[in-house]
Amino acid sequence: MVGILLVSHVQSLADGVKDLAKMIAPAVPIISVGGLPDGSPGTDVERIYSGLNEADQGDGVMIFMDLGSAVMSTEMALEFEPNDKHIMQNAPIVEGTIIAASAIQAGNTLEEACNLVESQKNVDKF
Amino acid sequence: MSVNKETLLDIIECMQKNITANRSYLSDLDREIGDGDHGINMDRGFQEVMKKMDEMKNQDLAGILRTTGMTLAFKVGGASGPLYGTAFMKASDVLKGKNEIVIEDLPVLLDAGISGIQMRGKAEQNEKTMLDALIPAKTALEEALAGGSNSEKAIKAMLDACAAGAEYTKTIKATKGRASYIGERSIGHMDPGAASSLILLQSIAEVIQ
Repeated sequence: MVGILLVSHVQSLADGVKDLAKMIAPAVPIISVGGLPDGSPGTDVERIYSGLNEADQGDGVMIFMDLGSAVMSTEMALEFEPNDKHIMQNAPIVEGTIIAASAIQAGNTLEEACNLVESQKNVDKF
Repeated sequence: MSVNKETLLDIIECMQKNITANRSYLSDLDREIGDGDHGINMDRGFQEVMKKMDEMKNQDLAGILRTTGMTLAFKVGGASGPLYGTAFMKASDVLKGKNEIVIEDLPVLLDAGISGIQMRGKAEQNEKTMLDALIPAKTALEEALAGGSNSEKAIKAMLDACAAGAEYTKTIKATKGRASYIGERSIGHMDPGAASSLILLQSIAEVIQ
């Protein structure tokens, strides 16, 4: 099954998105990473790298990030062991994660789930 | 100018000392237009680099810059970690197999570092970032050397251009990073990354002159 990695500047934000996604996708492996090892806000390449390996069950990982350094730190973590099935998602972290989690739970492949996120990430809220 | 392993380690130590001394200054700048942690982050990163000193003493020039870059990328915790980390790592590639850095190498090292920052941050000049300090610094250094300046004059030209570039960031609106979220209100404040870039280049000058 495709995994999801959430990268935020704060652990509670990543955990909250995970809790929300788990409601609709209990079977999907979702790993939430946030903040620095001492608990202060920031992004930590090493923690992202470990989270990536945890989320990977062999069918790929979709990665959602909050802002700025979360994106750059994730890029660096991905460069250690390049894997074309580890895919950063250019989507809002909440909307994107929910779309991906639903898609994976329903049996979509990595490619299908990525396409679903891409096509629905900008749907208006109202 | 000739920089060997020992001098390079002195430069890195000087960078740490100056970043630590300017920790509050950098965070204060960041508090105006960002999240207020640039000084704390940079200080944490360079303190971690200092913990690698014993390891770096057994490395060559390229290895020292690579270790510094990796440590900054892993430990800074903010956007400046991957940015400076990539810069040091790209500069490290230029030094492969070398045992000495001469003045003519300095613009090449800066150029590699700047390319790394641009690759990582996907930024251009005039977006109120560290590039607005670093690119003019590199250009001034190249021009001074091409015009026959000795290393002392060339480095002064580099620092003057870097300082002017950092000042220039006060006059423009941020279009990259968190400062871009405050739009026009970012005008009037110096970009913290430009300020830390100036401190790093000043540290190089402080040791080699």
